[in-house]
Amino acid sequence: MNDHNRQENISTGNKRLAAKLALAVVGMFAFGFALVPLYDVICDITGLNGKTAGRYESSEAELVVNQTRSIQVQFMAQNAAGMQWEFRPNEPLVTVSPGEIRVISYKARNPTDKVMVGQAIPSIAPNAAAQHLNKLECFCFQEQVLQPGEEVDMAIRFFVDEAISERINKLTLSYSLYDITASSKAGKEIASNR
Amino acid sequence: MLPKAKLWLGLVMSVATFWSVNLQAAWELNMPQGVTEISRETYDLHMQILWWCVAIGVVVFGVMLYSIILHRKDRGAVSATFHESTKVEIVWTLIPFIILILMAIPATRVLTQAYDASESDLDIQVVGYQWRWEYRYLRDDPQEEEVSFFSVMSTPREEIANQLPKSENYLLDVDNPLVIPVNKKVRFLVTANDVIHSWWVPDFAVKKDAIPGFINETWVIVEEPGIYRGQCTELCGIDHGFMPIVVHVLEQEEYDAWYAGRQEEARQLRELANSEFGSIEEALSQGEQVYQQNCVACHQPEGTGMPPAFPALSGSPVATGNQRANIDLLINGVPGTAMAAYGRQLNPIDLAAVLTYIRNSFGNATGDLIQPAQVNAILQEGQ
Amino acid sequence: MSAHDDHHHGPAKGLSRWLFTTNHKDIGTLYLWFSFAMFLLGGTFAMVIRAELFQPGLQFVDPNFFNQMTTMHGLVMVFGAVMPAFVGLANWMIPMMIGAPDMALPRMNNWSFWILPFAFAMLSSTLLMDSGAPNFGWTFYAPLSTTYAPSSVTFFIFAVHIMGASSIMGSINIIATILNMRAPGMTLMKMPLFVWTWLITAYLLIAVMPVLAGVVTMMLFDIHFGTSFFNAAGGGDPVLFQHLFWFFGHPEVYIMILPAFGVISAIIPTFARKRLFGYDSMVYATASIAFLSFIVWAHHMFTVGMPLAGELFFMYATMLIAVPTGVKVFNWVSTMFRGSMTFETPMLFAIAFVVLFTMGGFTGLMLAITPADFQYHDTYFVVAHFHYVLVPGAVFSIMAAAYYWLPKWTGYMYDERLGKLHFWMSFIGVNILFFPQHFLGLAGMPRRIPDYALQFADFNWISSVGGFLFGASQLILLVVVIKCIKGGKKATAEVWEGARGLEWTVPSPAPYHTFTTPPDPKHIHAQ
Repeated sequence: MNDHNRQENISTGNKRLAAKLALAVVGMFAFGFALVPLYDVICDITGLNGKTAGRYESSEAELVVNQTRSIQVQFMAQNAAGMQWEFRPNEPLVTVSPGEIRVISYKARNPTDKVMVGQAIPSIAPNAAAQHLNKLECFCFQEQVLQPGEEVDMAIRFFVDEAISERINKLTLSYSLYDITASSKAGKEIASNR
Repeated sequence: MLPKAKLWLGLVMSVATFWSVNLQAAWELNMPQGVTEISRETYDLHMQILWWCVAIGVVVFGVMLYSIILHRKDRGAVSATFHESTKVEIVWTLIPFIILILMAIPATRVLTQAYDASESDLDIQVVGYQWRWEYRYLRDDPQEEEVSFFSVMSTPREEIANQLPKSENYLLDVDNPLVIPVNKKVRFLVTANDVIHSWWVPDFAVKKDAIPGFINETWVIVEEPGIYRGQCTELCGIDHGFMPIVVHVLEQEEYDAWYAGRQEEARQLRELANSEFGSIEEALSQGEQVYQQNCVACHQPEGTGMPPAFPALSGSPVATGNQRANIDLLINGVPGTAMAAYGRQLNPIDLAAVLTYIRNSFGNATGDLIQPAQVNAILQEGQ
Repeated sequence: MSAHDDHHHGPAKGLSRWLFTTNHKDIGTLYLWFSFAMFLLGGTFAMVIRAELFQPGLQFVDPNFFNQMTTMHGLVMVFGAVMPAFVGLANWMIPMMIGAPDMALPRMNNWSFWILPFAFAMLSSTLLMDSGAPNFGWTFYAPLSTTYAPSSVTFFIFAVHIMGASSIMGSINIIATILNMRAPGMTLMKMPLFVWTWLITAYLLIAVMPVLAGVVTMMLFDIHFGTSFFNAAGGGDPVLFQHLFWFFGHPEVYIMILPAFGVISAIIPTFARKRLFGYDSMVYATASIAFLSFIVWAHHMFTVGMPLAGELFFMYATMLIAVPTGVKVFNWVSTMFRGSMTFETPMLFAIAFVVLFTMGGFTGLMLAITPADFQYHDTYFVVAHFHYVLVPGAVFSIMAAAYYWLPKWTGYMYDERLGKLHFWMSFIGVNILFFPQHFLGLAGMPRRIPDYALQFADFNWISSVGGFLFGASQLILLVVVIKCIKGGKKATAEVWEGARGLEWTVPSPAPYHTFTTPPDPKHIHAQ
């Protein structure tokens, strides 16, 4: 009988432990998904993947220009698969001082006979520079809708902040242009209006 | 007896031919020392860690072999009873630790150096495509003529299919090699158009992933002029094995001349874009070359494709139907499939040639001659 | 039939015995046969790969099918052959080693096995589909596996989900068995190392299999529901995929090797007739390897362009793993030192494991050196490295375990001559197969290519010859096992002269039910 009790105890113990472990499994599954925003946060803080942060929100009036340093900012463009727009920087290379606000522009032209929606995705090399290039205004903040044959100049207002490492004297800001006509809201409206 | 002898003779013969075929192949055993400071230092690190491993291996396997030879039951060995020793265990935890520190120091130094891409003399954008590389020489001045081109494997498909003898640089030749000057710091900004690729030249000890939407930087200072070859090293689909990298390293003056020549070519090409083929034969022979380099992987030598992923061109409604629709498809690609937008990858002359070719091959008999001007007009539409 | 009677009857007859069984020995047998079948299937894929690579040029398959072969070979071997083999061994041996009557959750045990054949049927069926099987490598990097994937990718995703569920259920069962079902007197530090390594492995599985499930779920959403986890156009990042995958993938490497350490730690003392050297440090080393496995994942991604600090951190952490792994190897050698050794087949496989796994460890250490890794990464050097760790590593340990415990399972001794033949052919074959691949990688041959430049021709045909030899010799194992089930010399309860542990106190073959009453604590010795 004692033996029987022992088995009962073990059996409830097993089920309880199994339930706890199952909970751990659910937790780890959730953790996998939690890693996605966590990764973004880590990237924002460390510039891990060279992605630039969003819009610079602080007051620009407080910016102090450091005339003693100059940094070259190089602009690059490429099209992702399936994107037919002509897309290139109007000024491939500018020299700025930390704190100095500059405006440059990219040219984009839709050579097709369809209305198209584009989205530019920024990336910076070296990636340690990513968190120090601050954009006040950028065409990459919005989707770009271009009519057939339309050509536009798209601006970026930016500055490089003082905290950028002394060793970085040149950084490259690159935009990859994607065709999001099929997936974007604007693109769907165009399709439904046709 | 005779059949058996014949069999043996046959075997010997085939092995002999096999060896002679492979005679040209060097028995390369080790990592190349390469032609940059970083590549030599990397080689040194590699040899250093290798010798540490050999040394540890000799000691550990030596003790093991000694035990296997001497401490065996059939030699009357009686087993000892010891089964732990804190002192010994601490020692063999510490010794590897010290070796690791000795290795980590030079590795850190080399890595830090390899990561410093600042103060470059020349910047080149490297873009991976399925299955080719694009090189763009970045300019400071937008008015300057841009030098940019695609680099596609030029080994004929017949060699791969064993229909032609294999050439010396089988699978490692391209139509347009990357050209850089010697002893200059060249910075590469590496990215991709579609999937992840990886740009590797062993002699430079440079391997960087090309990731769509992101850029990576790396650099070289090559110390010896020459031709250096590498390959894509990240699985990127069907033709991952067929997108080699070839770099010509030239003396500065030769490089300058080459660069100026390329600029001149780009200028001329713009004018030629509105030219016309003299005859359909001219278009067909050029078109076949373009097809062999760009289309054959998916659409196959006989235009049969590999349905459903890669449609046949032979008898296809597009290749035999409306010309404009066919030109549009080639220029713009088919989103969501492997069919790239070739309008950005080939010039109008090549586009027209290959269109003419596919519309008059594989049993397609439209008789159409597509002219570069016609394609160019569509490319420029809306302007 | 009352529940009480259930404990004392023998196995049911016919197919239903296997379908409905909740007996740990039956389920262990099912796992082992399944794993062997998958080993032959994955091996067939490998033979296709080696045949194509025998000579330069394309001879047998087109590049797309070649990519399907490398992908399926990896998936089948990792999830179908190695992991189920260890789960099978765990099912058979853990209850007998700790004096438990069965696994803790027998019905779940039945489930965790029987969903596996469905997963692999689903995965293999993709080979017959129009789109072809998955062709993006077993590491299935996005966007090649999402935006650019063949439509069979959805079947692949569900197959991975089912495999994951099976592993997770198996691990829960193993943990519950080890923590709750030990016989009185079987304290944690008296458990055989195979039990210890499996306990730690099971925790690893519970920690990382759900992450893999999460990754493939994200892929599913990206492919079918328009999310952008891994698509840069929508604000995602393909590199995130690699981080998540290797957060699973690196512990996965240890999931495949820790139980092997347990097997080797059982076999070497038996045939050296000497207690295992440094039992405690073995346990601590296993635990530290498991811990370190969570903080080294990005060493698979040194070329993706991480910041310098990240590269350095992952380099140092990876190098650290050499320390506990070294401790294990030193302990095994010290166990052999001044023993009284004999060299039956299990011992031969175990010794080969120590040597060849250590060589895989050495190349692992070389790969940890980041600048050198830039040269090794994604070349045949890496292929040689992980095949050394997994084939003469994990697979040899499974074979060693099979030979070691076969007499206990069947009641008969296996054919020692055939066993030795199998060993020597495997040993020679595996080295001819994989050793030249080091040279290929160093000379610059990338992995996963169906055709190669001429300077790689010689080592490739040598490697292929080794591959065919190794492949063919595995059929000997099949013969040995079938012969041993049919009959042979009767095995004693102890089987091996120097064997220690509870499994050797029960008769051979082990009765259908063992330890329905706990063993006498005086039979429980320190290991």
